[in-house]
Amino acid sequence: MSKSSRQKSNRRVVGWLSLWVLGMFGFGYALVPLYDIFCEITGLNGKSATLSEVSAKPLEIDRSRTVTVEFAVDVSGIPWRVDRPEIVRLKVHPGEATTVTYAAHSLTDSRSAGQAVPSVSPARAARHFRKTECFCFTRQELAPRESKVMPVTFVVDPALPEEVKTITLSYAVYPAKNIVPANS
Amino acid sequence: MTTTVADHHHDEVPKGITRWLFTTNHKDIGTLYLWFSFTMFLIGGAMALVIRAELFQPGLQVVDPHFYNQMVTVHALIMIFGAVMPGFVGFANWMIPMMIGAPDMALPRLNNWSFWLLPFATSLLILSLFVPGGGPAAGWTIYPPLSVQGGMGVDLTIFTIHILGMSSILGAINIIATIMNMRAPGMTLMKMPLFVWTWVITAFLLIAAMPVLAGAVTMLLTDRHFGTAFFDPAGGGDPVMFQHIFWFFGHPEVYILILPAFGIISQVIPTFARKPLFGYTSMVFAAAAIAFLSFIVWAHHMYTVGMPLSGELFFMYSTMLIAIPTGVKIFNWMATMWRGSMSFETPMLYAIATVALFTVGGLTGLMMAITPADFQYHDTYFIVAHFHYVIFCGSVLGMFAGVYYWLPKWTGHMYNETLGKWHFWLTIIAFNVTFFPQHFLGFAGMPRRIPDYALQFAEFNVVSSIGGFVLGYSQLILLVVVIKAIRGGKKASAEVWDNPEGLEWSVASPAPYHTFATAPEVR
Amino acid sequence: MIINRLKHLLSAGTALVSMLVLWAVPASVQAEWGLNLQRPVTEIARVQYDLHMLIMYIVTVIGIIVFAIMFYSIFKFRKSKGAQPAKFSHSTKAEVIWTVIPTLILIVMAVPSTKALLLMEDTTESDMVVKVTGYQWGWHYDYMEEDVSFFSKLTTPQSQITGTETKGENYLLEVDNHLVLPVGQKVRILLTARDVIHAWWVPQLGGKKDAIPGFINEMWIRADETGTFRGQCAELCGKDHGYMPIVVDVVDESQYQAWLDGQRNKG
Repeated sequence: MSKSSRQKSNRRVVGWLSLWVLGMFGFGYALVPLYDIFCEITGLNGKSATLSEVSAKPLEIDRSRTVTVEFAVDVSGIPWRVDRPEIVRLKVHPGEATTVTYAAHSLTDSRSAGQAVPSVSPARAARHFRKTECFCFTRQELAPRESKVMPVTFVVDPALPEEVKTITLSYAVYPAKNIVPANS
Repeated sequence: MTTTVADHHHDEVPKGITRWLFTTNHKDIGTLYLWFSFTMFLIGGAMALVIRAELFQPGLQVVDPHFYNQMVTVHALIMIFGAVMPGFVGFANWMIPMMIGAPDMALPRLNNWSFWLLPFATSLLILSLFVPGGGPAAGWTIYPPLSVQGGMGVDLTIFTIHILGMSSILGAINIIATIMNMRAPGMTLMKMPLFVWTWVITAFLLIAAMPVLAGAVTMLLTDRHFGTAFFDPAGGGDPVMFQHIFWFFGHPEVYILILPAFGIISQVIPTFARKPLFGYTSMVFAAAAIAFLSFIVWAHHMYTVGMPLSGELFFMYSTMLIAIPTGVKIFNWMATMWRGSMSFETPMLYAIATVALFTVGGLTGLMMAITPADFQYHDTYFIVAHFHYVIFCGSVLGMFAGVYYWLPKWTGHMYNETLGKWHFWLTIIAFNVTFFPQHFLGFAGMPRRIPDYALQFAEFNVVSSIGGFVLGYSQLILLVVVIKAIRGGKKASAEVWDNPEGLEWSVASPAPYHTFATAPEVR
Repeated sequence: MIINRLKHLLSAGTALVSMLVLWAVPASVQAEWGLNLQRPVTEIARVQYDLHMLIMYIVTVIGIIVFAIMFYSIFKFRKSKGAQPAKFSHSTKAEVIWTVIPTLILIVMAVPSTKALLLMEDTTESDMVVKVTGYQWGWHYDYMEEDVSFFSKLTTPQSQITGTETKGENYLLEVDNHLVLPVGQKVRILLTARDVIHAWWVPQLGGKKDAIPGFINEMWIRADETGTFRGQCAELCGKDHGYMPIVVDVVDESQYQAWLDGQRNKG
């Protein structure tokens, strides 16, 4: 190979490889939405279906089957106490809409704002657990020492795998900041 | 064979510091890389000794837990990104042009640049230990949210990773361009020495994996300072996603660290077995298969995060598959030795030790691939033992084999065989004394990354620490061997060994400053 | 004390020789020396233990064969003994053999592994549920149906850690409030964390699982016998990662009920 043609060919190799490097850097970022889609399909990490996705048409109620739903909550980084629903374990029929209420109490003398992040376990139940009303991912403001009732309405999809008998809905409550829902 | 390449009139070696600062000569840059790598090896080793000193006995004696975590983190980063990766780039610089009959690397100025990025990057990392809040302390995997809690040291680490990543990517591009465009006439792809083959595969891995790491740490940086919430659950992010992205880089990284060593020992074993490498073609394909599989096994590093069953099964099966091409490589090396006529100079000893002890690491790796059992092994000392058998015995011992093998070619003098053997035996024995007991510690339930431990782990930790100190100080012998060989010693012939294979042995020892200005003819 | 330690050291030395030790030594002795996994007390831990032993036997045999061939070559085919190098450089037959045989071995290993995994992931039909929350640096336990919850933190005094006082028997593996579980009941454990990722691990009760902030994970335990079982956090979680142990008391049903009553009265 002559010197100039070798230089040209070097330049071509460098060009292609640099493009590839940029592409892989972009791919790293592309993994973020890809991961969310993947999570939603597989229910990985208990990301549950969001409000927008829930179809308007009512689901058929399957009275032959009962599923136990448990409610949990964790508060971190904010001076609130959040009470979980009175009934910790609730038996529901798939397809039946149920409302339970959490209650948040501000323990501080100033205004405060928090937000709740939901998680559902087991993972394979997550996408069959549909919340039609939820305080998740929205800013909740409390006046000093205020208490507030936060309802959640949910439906368990009858398509829930047969072997799942218990589902846990857990909220993690954090101080509010600009929030981007994970699967918007 | 006689010395075939006539040295040309322009074979003048520049003098002084500017030679090293501005050099575009592949041999000079290779030398810089190798010295840099060795320096980092000693610094990272010193940190390992801090760790072993603290673990000598239960209780806190030497450092506080926060500093201990920094040592664990920085030791790993320095060894991986400062010692092993640049070390292999050093070998690539020195040997690839000579092995394929090229006068230099394809992009010599870029080559200079990719080296000189390194000292700045690692200085930043070491500097981070002295800033308020200390260095990174979340492990080399820098998992958020823990790494988000850290101080300025974490930012410095992120910049370090960016610069080091850039350096490796530039190096990889250069190596690919060299191998694609600079081969001597007749040097077809399937005639290339295996070291060149493993490096071209490594270079492609680097180009595919390093940018993903750069992306992940950039997200970490913006999470820390610019209000994004990629990994912050409070903002709708997911800390586990970082682990997925990290290990998408991290597993290919493991093969980036090991494949060039496979290349080196594939050069060394045939020479000392006096028999051609067994199964050249399957060696090339096995290396390529390992590289491909490395992109679909990442989540075996994170079985415990709570994956769906299907995910756990997929990653278990794909991980087990890697054992097949890896096994092919090991069996091929053994078949190369079979019915050979072996002699056991230091490079051969290191090559055999690499094969033998890497096998141990590979087999424990197979145990960890089994998801249910890994729920017990995960994040224990069993893992620590495993990856030191793989990375130290695979990569570092492979590099030692390469150093002793080519040192006469680099310096023109034979190294001191007695010192070399001392270095070998002390290293091998001390390594096993250090790390073999750690398998048992892991079984017994000692978690990794803890500065202090319950009393039932005390005995093995004493043994391990003693081994660690012997292992650490033994490496100074290598320094002495190299310096002695540079200063003088028995003159090496062009061939050095008994009829070795490869173009690098057709040039004089030491290799002239410029080689193959006119391309050799390869038949 | 010193003699004891020397004795242990000696045993450690013999252990170094080879994994063969694990073949020859009875399990009870292994546990005492800390050479093998801790004695399992749940079905999951037992399945893990058996699987671990099976794969360890397999890899040990493979390792011995590889080493034997390698050392045979090293002693037999040396130049100093006048060995003449053969010329061959490939053999399709041999290469097929050492691709196919490992594949078969892998399949043999994959079958019981898959079965074990299916068992472990089956958290259905549990008798009770405990929510475990990791935080820097300790654990919080919440018996969800019982309205009982408490924190659990290390009790080893600082003086033992710094060495001004002799270390106790359960150095670093002792906490103020133990997690108490009834024997023979399937307990579903829900895991989450307040701040950073932790991992809850009691070796004798089975594998570990990560406790991740903002997310909930689950695993299950059914202890076959009563006793006290100790474990540690297994995911680096900051400065005091080494100082957040777990202690579980498995008791019989009546003791468990009595304990629950006591806890309720406290609150």
